[in-house]
Amino acid sequence: MFKKILVPIDLQHADKLEKAISVGVHVAKPDGIPLVFTAVTSNAPSALAHTPDEFKSKLSAYAASEAEKHGIEATGHAVFSHDPATDLEDALLKAVKETGADLVVMATHIPNVADHFWPSNGGKIASHADVSVFLVR
Amino acid sequence: MSDNATNQGIPDPEGAASLIETDYEIGQDNIETKLGPFDLDIHNPVFLVSGLTIAAFTFLTLAFQNEVGPFFDALRTWLTSNLDWFFILAGNVFVIVCLALIVTPLGNVRIGGKDAEPDYNYFGWFAMLFAAGMGIGLMFFGVLEPVYHMAFSEPMGVPSPFDADGNVIEENVAAAKAMGMAATIFHWGLHPWAIYAVVALALALFSFNKGLPLTMRSVFYPIFGEKTWGWPGHVVDILAVFATLFGLATSLGFGAQQANAGLNFVFGVPIGNMAQILLIIGITTIALISVLRGLDGGVKVLSEINMVIAALLLIFVIAAGPTASLVSGFVENLGAYAKDIVPLSNPFGREDDSFRHGWTAFYWAWWISWSPFVGMFIARVSRGRSVREFIICVLIIPTIVSVIWMTAFGGTAMDQVLTNPDSQVHKYVIASYSPELSLFGMLSDLPMASITSFIAIILVIVFFVTSSDSGSLVIDTITAGGKVDAPVAQRVFWCTFEGLVAIALLLGGGLGALQAMAVSTGFPFTIVLLLACYAIIKGLMEEPR
Repeated sequence: MFKKILVPIDLQHADKLEKAISVGVHVAKPDGIPLVFTAVTSNAPSALAHTPDEFKSKLSAYAASEAEKHGIEATGHAVFSHDPATDLEDALLKAVKETGADLVVMATHIPNVADHFWPSNGGKIASHADVSVFLVR
Repeated sequence: MSDNATNQGIPDPEGAASLIETDYEIGQDNIETKLGPFDLDIHNPVFLVSGLTIAAFTFLTLAFQNEVGPFFDALRTWLTSNLDWFFILAGNVFVIVCLALIVTPLGNVRIGGKDAEPDYNYFGWFAMLFAAGMGIGLMFFGVLEPVYHMAFSEPMGVPSPFDADGNVIEENVAAAKAMGMAATIFHWGLHPWAIYAVVALALALFSFNKGLPLTMRSVFYPIFGEKTWGWPGHVVDILAVFATLFGLATSLGFGAQQANAGLNFVFGVPIGNMAQILLIIGITTIALISVLRGLDGGVKVLSEINMVIAALLLIFVIAAGPTASLVSGFVENLGAYAKDIVPLSNPFGREDDSFRHGWTAFYWAWWISWSPFVGMFIARVSRGRSVREFIICVLIIPTIVSVIWMTAFGGTAMDQVLTNPDSQVHKYVIASYSPELSLFGMLSDLPMASITSFIAIILVIVFFVTSSDSGSLVIDTITAGGKVDAPVAQRVFWCTFEGLVAIALLLGGGLGALQAMAVSTGFPFTIVLLLACYAIIKGLMEEPR
């Protein structure tokens, strides 16, 4: 049904994303669809990595370990943004284009009052992506 | 370090960077929590201590007007009068270090590692560093300072071209004009930009090449070692937040008064608290939209718009002013600057105390107190440039732009003052001193004054916005322990806080007092910057070239 599935993750909080990841795996596994774990970061050093290269290799390592754990094909795709706090959606939409994914599976929070001011990232992706989007709450 | 670092004292051949080995993990001291619907990710204790100290200082200043104001004014005056030599010599050190980096092989090092590519093109990059660095000052001082130095300051003892009755003394004119320009360009040329370049380069190097967090304290790693992550580092970061927020808030308050004066001059808008508060709210709101849109969608776009409007105004002044003499004036002023930069940089054996203390040392302290903010912002947008390219673009090009700007605005104003004793500039700078109207006075004696004055007011406002939004980003990053991706609510908090402090000080009095205090932080930061020079050279030597 799909050719490639994009799963945006926050490497620092990957533990909180189990539900979304298992949905992604669930869709991918029966048909052997490749999964792409995408993470957005800035070029500046962060808690996870001191350089962009280090970030890329950590993401690839994460993807490899998930692939082995679930018996699927998975890769990592890092996107670097000047200002990830505000440009997350644009970066993810760019990742959709770059990877050629045709399904995005991502975690999103239950809407609250703040969503009136700042729509959730998942909500924005769903409104702007031209591929299918599966939001997991 | 928590992972496989590359640095074993030998640079990696393809050398992405030569990382510093430290056990500190960025964000390890941060508190991640939720406040109502908003996520927070703040450094403990920098965020809280900075916020509370700023609030406390604002309250104390409002409560004890008569004690606090004179104290900080006296402190600032004492520093710039007695330690003028220290500021001026330190400024010279920064210029020499920067110029040396251009010509030595250390200039080959690339910020962000050997293979890093620039994040921004030249125009966007330059627009951002200029708009954050000095834009607003050029608006305010472009007319005032050249005329003032020519007529009153007598730098290096060069006499005024006016006698006691205000008549022009022809034989003094040429020398006074040249010195007025040279002294102004001196304050807006290589020295201020060298101050910014030192901070920016130190931060960029230690962050993008060495992997340390993008925050002031990282510069100290070669000196403090692991203690950088404890209280010595907290103090540096808190002081940086303090200087930046009060610097921005007091400028915003004064800026609102200037914009109000301009609106009154052009459109007859009444001068008063109401108009000024509305201006602060307006500027803060645009800055909020800008930080919410982010670095690329907000700050960069506004800075570029700003550059275009400023360039149009500059072209207009050159065309409408005494064009031929401005064009030849550019070369003459550059020559005057080159000739006088050495004597002006020497703090010893001079008689011009009021100029040296009141202007030069004040400026140096002022630029230095701004440098954590401007330097950190420049660092953030400069990844991917080589050190040589970085210094040329942060030091040389802005200096040339300053020369062009001062030549056009100051040259036109000098021409008006010297040829027409009834000119508006004569009125506002010489006859009845109203510095906030000097720019509008100059424009009003040129054609299409109502249009250009309106553009000038817009430009003043946009320059404030571009300082305010980049300042909020910087404070947010410092108070998030060097994280550039902290939740957006925090930027909103700092941007709003700055506007509120400005309004409180405007209504309650105390803008001058806290500006004097912000400028006084220039003294400790001068020591910080001198140490940063050492850190830069040491850090660059370890990098693959």
